[in-house]
Amino acid sequence: METLERIVADHPFARGLDRRHLELLAGCASNVRFETNQVAFHEGEEANEFYLIREGKMAVELHAPERGPINILTVGGGEVLGWSWLVPPYRWSFDARAIEPTRAIALDGKCLREKSERDNELGYQLHKRIAQIMEERLQATRLQLLNLYEVHT
Amino acid sequence: MSDNHSTFVLERDNFQQLLDVLVGRRYQVVGPTVRDGAIVYDTVSSTADLPVGWTDEQTGGSYRLRRRSDQALFGYAVGPNSWKRFLHPPVVRLWQATRQGNRLEIQEEVHENGKMAFLGVRSCELHAILIQDRVFLHGQQVETRYRSRREQVFVVAVNCAQAGGTCFCTSMNTGPKARSGFDLALTEVLGEGRHYFLVEVGTEAGAEVLRELRHRPAEDAERQAADRICARTAAAMGRSMDTVDIRDLLYRNYEHARWDNVAARCLTCANCTMVCPTCFCTTVEDVTDLKGEHAERWQKWDSCFTMDFSYIHGGSVRATPKARYRQWMTHKLATWIDQFGTSGCVGCGRCITWCPVGIDITEEVSAIRQSEAGRNAKQNHGNT
Amino acid sequence: MVPQPWCVRRSWWETDDSFSFELQAQNEGPTFQFSPGQFNMLYVFGIGEVPISISGNSAKAETLIHTVRAVGPTTRALGDLKRGAPLGVRGPFGSGWPVDEAMGKDLLIVAGGIGMAPLRPVVYAVLARRQQFGRVCLLYGTRTPDDILYAKELQKWGKRTDLETLVTVDRASPGWTGNVGVVTTLIARAQFDPQHAIAMVCGPEIMMRFTVRELQTRGMRSDGIHISMERNMKCAVGFCGHCQFGPTFICKDGPIFRYDKIGHLLAIREI
Repeated sequence: METLERIVADHPFARGLDRRHLELLAGCASNVRFETNQVAFHEGEEANEFYLIREGKMAVELHAPERGPINILTVGGGEVLGWSWLVPPYRWSFDARAIEPTRAIALDGKCLREKSERDNELGYQLHKRIAQIMEERLQATRLQLLNLYEVHT
Repeated sequence: MSDNHSTFVLERDNFQQLLDVLVGRRYQVVGPTVRDGAIVYDTVSSTADLPVGWTDEQTGGSYRLRRRSDQALFGYAVGPNSWKRFLHPPVVRLWQATRQGNRLEIQEEVHENGKMAFLGVRSCELHAILIQDRVFLHGQQVETRYRSRREQVFVVAVNCAQAGGTCFCTSMNTGPKARSGFDLALTEVLGEGRHYFLVEVGTEAGAEVLRELRHRPAEDAERQAADRICARTAAAMGRSMDTVDIRDLLYRNYEHARWDNVAARCLTCANCTMVCPTCFCTTVEDVTDLKGEHAERWQKWDSCFTMDFSYIHGGSVRATPKARYRQWMTHKLATWIDQFGTSGCVGCGRCITWCPVGIDITEEVSAIRQSEAGRNAKQNHGNT
Repeated sequence: MVPQPWCVRRSWWETDDSFSFELQAQNEGPTFQFSPGQFNMLYVFGIGEVPISISGNSAKAETLIHTVRAVGPTTRALGDLKRGAPLGVRGPFGSGWPVDEAMGKDLLIVAGGIGMAPLRPVVYAVLARRQQFGRVCLLYGTRTPDDILYAKELQKWGKRTDLETLVTVDRASPGWTGNVGVVTTLIARAQFDPQHAIAMVCGPEIMMRFTVRELQTRGMRSDGIHISMERNMKCAVGFCGHCQFGPTFICKDGPIFRYDKIGHLLAIREI
């Protein structure tokens, strides 16, 4: 049986972390499973955890009254869901819902936040990785905005 | 136990006089009659028009008429109609308009309503009328069409001698005995060779009508017999609803899993809103002739269960049956209280009876309440 | 209440899909009084009736101006009305923007897309007695530069020193040298004291949700933020039941609401 530490270590997010930080992370980790259509979090709720997706697919959504849920982005195996736990005011800006059965590691972001205040090296490692994810998402969003496939006359 | 209304006795043999007097006073008398296998409200002029010797058997998704072993005139509970179809008619023309070139003339419809006498109003129905009065007469705006119909209504209430299979008026404090809001209130007493009506006078108008009938003051024994009938009815309700804190209960549970459960059963057929005596939603339809010179606006009953009800550009806000059922039930039992100061439900049971799949509003409330209690119990247990 | 006969005095297209028109009463009658934020029900003969915010100057009661986004059969029919064509008007309905409440305070007006239409009367009302307000900021975001409503007016306002006007677009077009980004990004740049300010927000619901979040992050309290809600409407007087939003009727309890009163409803999906 795989230990939680092993599973966390296998996820791309944890690549390059030293033993000590890996243990810290594993100490704040738990296995979770989302069935199809199960909601991980809602816009406006307190963001106290984030997820390392192992396999499956989560949709990041916004709900509009006359359109229903609008799927903005999908996050799959090997990716990370959620950074609002790290950035004030620590509230989710979107909904997240499983569109396939999804297995993930839930990390206690609130706990890691507090640990990072004391262990700045841990904080730096977390921020470095989250900054990377933000940059990728921002690039992707900019490209999405360009409406590249529109016919320009 | 009796209220402060003067009580009299009207013998069954003299009942026709009541109809004759009302007709003589130019009332259109609307009362119960058997048609198409149900007891519906329509114009009546003779005792023979009434559902003499009929009763109804009701349960979730089922309504059947059965013959009684006696000749009671009002020996049933309630049918699919309510008095709202007379006070708040299903189809009403609001105005007509003509266009000549660039000139528009709009003519408001003037409704000449004769005055109506409602015969056989149940206590729950009386409360439903008062609830609709609050909606249409007591807000910032007054629905003038409703007011002109309502002002001229003469109410003959009839207390229930048996509870319907889906009734829960006692839970909603709306019956079975009519306490006010009527001109006359009758309790039908049958048995031991007698058949009479205990009559309570509610207003001067009621007293005036009674004066033209053969009647006499009631004796104590007769009053007590009527009281016993009402008490027996109160003890035999087909359903019950715990209304303690119900508004906040529903406000706390907008995301309860029970809504998905009921949504899987609900056909969004809108029967419940059609038969409910307090549902008041309407839509407007603008029509025109082919030449484009004459247009009309019609107001029709509508239902929050329809897909279009909440349509704004782009789509409907309540697209799923879950959202629509939740809207109806939460409105009826919770937001109505904030809007109008009372519950919107009178416990008549029609929505339960006429739902093709037998969805029971009392059961839905109970399910939410119980699962909340279960959740709290679990939490408390975990804390020890 | 029947529609009153009015007709189109003149109309003009503001953008590809939005137009404004000025109406005049068919029968000589009193001038049309309204408060900023109120709406009328406009009827196109034989077609239908829609709620449209009044977008003109409430102090100029002899003119009645609406701005309409032509997205459905009735609004498109309104757009097809020529000069002199008749239409029906019922109103005004609804609660207005709490302009008086902003007196002595800073005022933040945040508009998204067609949401600029019901907020323009606020700008007029405030500029008419400018000294009664603190700092006033108008933040307006829309999809592209071609979708900007009241472009000339905005330019004029942009030159005033007593009004901070910031306009942004989600997507620029060639030649656009203004701001690019969603309207919430302008909030950080607006000069106002969140402890002593009123905000009036109008636009698509998602835009309003995110704008409120940003205002709260800046330190504004929920009871100082006002938003304008929209739902299906038929009667506009609280009898048809269509516009219900939780326990409120948007036609008579709104369309403008103080955020602390209805914020919790915005989080409930499909309410």
